[in-house]
Amino acid sequence: MIELHDITLGYGSRTLLERISATFPAGSFTALLGRNGSGKSTLLRAIASLGKPADGYITIGGRDIRDLGSGERARMVSMVTTERVRVANLACRQVVALGRAPYTDWSGRLRTEDRESVERAMELTGVSAFADKSMDRMSDGECQRIMIARAVAQQTPVILLDEPCAFLDLPARYEMHRLLRRLAREEGKTILFSTHDLDMALGHCDSIALIDTPHLVCGRAEDVVRSGIVERTFGLGVK
Amino acid sequence: MRGRIHMLFCILASVVVLLFAVDIAVGSQFIPFATLLDVLTGGGDDISRSIILKMRLPKALTALLAGAALAAAGVQMQTLFRNPLAGPYVLGISSGASLGVALFLLGLPLLGGMLPPSVKALGTAGAACVGAAAVMAAVMALSRRIKDIMVILILGMMIGSAAGAVVEIMQYMSSETALKSFVVWTMGSLGDVTPSRLRIVAPVIGAGIALSLLLVKPLNMLMLGENYARTMGLNVARTRGFILLSTTILAGTVTGFCGPIGFIGLAAPHIARALFADADHRVVLPASMLTGMVMLLFCDILSKMFALPVNTVSALMGIPVVVWVVVRNKSITV
Repeated sequence: MIELHDITLGYGSRTLLERISATFPAGSFTALLGRNGSGKSTLLRAIASLGKPADGYITIGGRDIRDLGSGERARMVSMVTTERVRVANLACRQVVALGRAPYTDWSGRLRTEDRESVERAMELTGVSAFADKSMDRMSDGECQRIMIARAVAQQTPVILLDEPCAFLDLPARYEMHRLLRRLAREEGKTILFSTHDLDMALGHCDSIALIDTPHLVCGRAEDVVRSGIVERTFGLGVK
Repeated sequence: MRGRIHMLFCILASVVVLLFAVDIAVGSQFIPFATLLDVLTGGGDDISRSIILKMRLPKALTALLAGAALAAAGVQMQTLFRNPLAGPYVLGISSGASLGVALFLLGLPLLGGMLPPSVKALGTAGAACVGAAAVMAAVMALSRRIKDIMVILILGMMIGSAAGAVVEIMQYMSSETALKSFVVWTMGSLGDVTPSRLRIVAPVIGAGIALSLLLVKPLNMLMLGENYARTMGLNVARTRGFILLSTTILAGTVTGFCGPIGFIGLAAPHIARALFADADHRVVLPASMLTGMVMLLFCDILSKMFALPVNTVSALMGIPVVVWVVVRNKSITV
């Protein structure tokens, strides 16, 4: 469960989000929507402790993330960023296995339970078929899935994803939403992801978090649509 | 897969042993393997003993240490900067070491200082380490602010050129004797490490290598980029510090005692990665060190056979590898 307590986010003197509070319960699958530059990535980065809120604090599972050690935090939150990872000679399975880093010893040696967890994560995300292929030969969609498999192998109650559907075609986007929803439903994880794909998000997610600068509007997809904020924010009509 | 890696390690280690023996045998006076074995087991005539034990053995051991050290430094820098062209030489680290040495060997005499020979050797190495650390720190500071890796590479080269220019000014102003000791240093030599100096060099390089081996897991995590590494629980700032420390110890010590030996640190990791078809640092780091040993032993043998400075030979050997990397890696040529 993620809780935002009165947080203010921004760059330098520019405020993106002001004194927002929200709760994302366990097992929830939430799309984070907003215009370009509205602070979607900044919010996700703040939850992952890659950035700091100017004010307020964030708790995960009831604990203030500022009080967590880096190893402890890595066992609670995993994140899939927009960075493209293409390392030559690195097999997909090795990338997924890096997700076990918070649990392994100094050398990163995998124990039996680590190996099981890696194989399970790859099965769950449907990447087992190319486990032994090198990462630099994968398509964008496959790479994205491998990075998600890595996050699943990290076994965190919270998974954050920054635009996991960018660069993906329609069927791949559909698959991605189904996968994320399954992770929330079946694994009880809190999934929060940013996207520009309004239709897909409204159709597949339990709840929506919409950045209506400088506020964050949260609610069930239908309620948010009915409120008319989506049209106001994006300046368009939504089916 | 595992079996292949073990086999490759065995082959590479055998090549190191073989070249080590050849390196000792080859020289102005050829020493047959039988005599070599005699001497190493405590026998042999006095002349062979003194040639082998006082000169060739320390030199070959230096080649082993320096090859491993440069390769280990290269692997760490390539991963830290996520750049296949990072290496002590390209990023200006060696130029920094040269500047340090120039300030010491040329600058001090200009200011009227005189150096006893014993201080000179250690001071040279120390000055190289300080110079290397300064450039490395500058490149690191820039790389925090500038995300574009090409820009950092260019800046590294500029820092290197600036250091080179300062060195040239000092050369122009210096006396002949000071100039000569500096020029001899820049040519690179594995032969200046006497047994007594080896007692200093070996543990220092050993410490740098040990530190790099302790960093295999952080290095693996850094392959995915600093953000990913952080979300997987890595303390990135601390890791950077340790990598900086290890590479400075390794590249600085080698450059200080043996002069600037280029391209081994850059090329050895690429050869190792291609040979083992792996990127895991638990394989790549030791494999690169063995490759570095092979390369430098081979350079030393060639440099003895053709009477060339060792850094000329290493450049001629390493440059084709760099060209291959640039041509193969499309993300660089675009």
